[in-house]
Amino acid sequence: MDEKQYLLRMENISKDFFGNQVLKDVTIRVGKGEIIGLVGENGAGKSTLMNILFGLSVIHETGGFQGRIFLEDNEVNFASPFEAIEAGIGMVHQEFILIPGFTATENILLNRESTNYNILVEVFGERLRTLDREEMHKRAVKAIEKLGVQLDPDMLVSEMPVGHRQFTEIAREMDRQSTKLLVLDEPTAVLTESEANTMLKAARKLADSGLSIIFITHRLSEVLEIADRLVVLRDGQVVRELESSKTTPREVASLMVGREIKDAISVRSNDSEESEIVLDIKDLWVDMPGEQVNGVNLQVHKGEILGIGGLAGQGKLGIANGVMGLFPAEGEVHYKGEILPLNNPVSVLSKGIAFVSEDRRGVGLLLDEPIDLNIVFTAIQIQGRFIKNFLGGLVKWRDEKEISRVAREYVDSLQIKCVSEKQEAKELSGGNQQKVCLAKAFVLEPDLLFVSEPTRGIDVGAKSVVLETLRRQNREHGTTIIMTSSELEELRSICDRIAIVNEGKIFGILPPTADPADFGLLMLGEQEEVKSGV
Amino acid sequence: MFESIGKLIEKAGWPRIIIALFLLSLFAIAPFVNISIGTSISDTIVRFAMNSVLVLSLVPMVQSGCGLNFGMQLGVIAGLIGAVTSIELGVTGFAGFLTAIGIAIPFAAILGFFYGLLLNRVKGDEMVVATYVGFSSVAFMSMMWLLLPYKSPNMIWGYGGSGLRTTISVEGYWLGVLNNFLSVRIGNFFLPTGTILFFALIALLVWSFFKTKLGTAMTAAGSNPVYAKAAGVNVDRMRILSVVISTIIAAVGILVYEQSFGFIQLYMAPLLMAFPAVAALLLGGASVSKASMGNVIIGAFLFQGILTMTPSVMNNLIKSDMSEVIRIIVSNGMIVYALTRKMKVRK
Repeated sequence: MDEKQYLLRMENISKDFFGNQVLKDVTIRVGKGEIIGLVGENGAGKSTLMNILFGLSVIHETGGFQGRIFLEDNEVNFASPFEAIEAGIGMVHQEFILIPGFTATENILLNRESTNYNILVEVFGERLRTLDREEMHKRAVKAIEKLGVQLDPDMLVSEMPVGHRQFTEIAREMDRQSTKLLVLDEPTAVLTESEANTMLKAARKLADSGLSIIFITHRLSEVLEIADRLVVLRDGQVVRELESSKTTPREVASLMVGREIKDAISVRSNDSEESEIVLDIKDLWVDMPGEQVNGVNLQVHKGEILGIGGLAGQGKLGIANGVMGLFPAEGEVHYKGEILPLNNPVSVLSKGIAFVSEDRRGVGLLLDEPIDLNIVFTAIQIQGRFIKNFLGGLVKWRDEKEISRVAREYVDSLQIKCVSEKQEAKELSGGNQQKVCLAKAFVLEPDLLFVSEPTRGIDVGAKSVVLETLRRQNREHGTTIIMTSSELEELRSICDRIAIVNEGKIFGILPPTADPADFGLLMLGEQEEVKSGV
Repeated sequence: MFESIGKLIEKAGWPRIIIALFLLSLFAIAPFVNISIGTSISDTIVRFAMNSVLVLSLVPMVQSGCGLNFGMQLGVIAGLIGAVTSIELGVTGFAGFLTAIGIAIPFAAILGFFYGLLLNRVKGDEMVVATYVGFSSVAFMSMMWLLLPYKSPNMIWGYGGSGLRTTISVEGYWLGVLNNFLSVRIGNFFLPTGTILFFALIALLVWSFFKTKLGTAMTAAGSNPVYAKAAGVNVDRMRILSVVISTIIAAVGILVYEQSFGFIQLYMAPLLMAFPAVAALLLGGASVSKASMGNVIIGAFLFQGILTMTPSVMNNLIKSDMSEVIRIIVSNGMIVYALTRKMKVRK
């Protein structure tokens, strides 16, 4: 294609957030009437790229971006989303922004209604013109027809199925005559399969009528079906542009996740497969907002490190939180052959199971209390340790001396950087806070340890200490570890087996040595494409 | 040298240092406007001692995350019931005081329990709800004081022969039982040793409680409820317990106050009882979620000191009786200051 035909060109876009490079020299071009599929893992930079296109304030407030954006060969730099909309770029969000008590028509034409003159306008101004219901109805029907879907313009949004709400959102963009480019951010995430199909057809129809579409999704088969070209982002860079007719899901998946592993994977002469099952989860359902678990079955062997991976929001975090009793859960969990009562943190903790939460500051720490109390608190409450008797057992106080001593031990062994063990937890850096959380779990001397996102938001040095500590705990104390992480590489470097969660279920369990593409395919829910044994 | 002074200032906090300096300057001016230093100091100490237990009563609820107990009136009412009942029974002296406490505690525990249940349902808005619990309980008791069948002629209205008076003297019963215990009197300087010792005893009990397993769990529940839950602490139960303890200490606190003040004040008198105590605690450097014994002592002393000294010094300076007006301006001004300070901490 020659230069002239591109509707949108984003050239050499780079962006960093306070030194953290999230986009590096990204160039995408969108032709007229073309559908571009934008794919990548969480954190690959898709949303940041779209935020730049729309001129969101978060971009300007963090120092803008490098690179140039051309819309129909005019250089643009939108100061706000309103300017972007003005220029003809429409966005349909993952979460619907609709008024439930209004009809489809009213929502589609909100703030752009057709109006008639009345006398009040003379006194109070243009805002008091009467709505022209007939004309509005016509315009709404026209917008819906463009989409080619069935949608009753007089239906209240609150009574619509989700699919129709999605169409209402898109119809709203269609009514704007100027719309030339539509960005669809995971439009099918909440739709049923038939709704998704209608949605895809509608998008195709729009593209055929000359509209350009950027399509962001996690569902590979969908994007391959609808998009003309695919742009694969990884770690803020465009890895490859593909013609969707000339590629396979497998190739895309391996491009998305596939960096070669640098560290030698700790292959162990492992017989954990044959060793006894320490934790047996059967049909676990957890109601954790944003991380719903829908019937997980999982068996954990004694002494292994089991990884749980998957994309954000697919429910991998819900498993640990559900077993630990922090979110309402249902199902059957056996620990060492005994039934483990759910929704009851005390009984789980007292059986020797510990948890390092993904929400360090929210769940993991008493920010206003000193490090030593943070470390021993659970041991005091659950195991009654660090308590000293005075006056012949009449008064039982915390044993401050012993608490300090143990805390200092962990400060040394985990290399927690602090002034003293009496420093308040909120004054520590993220990595050191994480180490305190680990110490809190280790001091319980657990047989089974859940660790969620142990390296999220901490620097590289602390990362390796944290991972090394976990590995040592596993080897030296025989602690069985279940580690949940968004970082596949991290899981592959430390785990014996890796379970991949998608849509609240385990989609497969792979050895760390498996082909990266297989992990990618499992994350994207393309189970049948996976070659190695699941 | 400078460094250690700087550290000391940082530890104490500038507001406390400024207020302490202001209080000191009031003491310095006092002799020049014909106010006896001895009287001023002993007035301050007496007022500190009589209010200290009430200030202390706030601490458990602050520590458990229930915020400042603006519903302290509930505990005060339990204390008042104990007070009038002990007078009705005609027990005098220290025994009478103990009887009052003995009767007040079960009432406070029951009221506190239901108050705690209520506060668990309004997490996040405890302080607003507490304020109105306090107000409405005072209004309710205003009716009850008239209806309850107390008979002692020392307490009921002279006409009609039923209903309790607004102000009941404790003279002849347990006036000053704590104040006068081991008290020291030199000229016009008076030290209420017994009251101070009694406060010290309760403060020690509270301090010691927070060193136990249960107390530690309560602190954690206040500091981070999710953390506490993850560590197997029943947060709601901790909160109810803290409310019960706070209410009981408030009931004892009002009795300590009355034995020094000399009167039981019924009806609308307890209405604003919570505010000075809250202001004193915040002034002492506590935040909405953290308070220590140090905060209680420093805060109660500074607040009562200013409240005692400002009106008398100002009165003598401008030579007219403005004491009540000035007292209201000063005490409410300090509450406003303390509450705005609270917002900053909350952030």
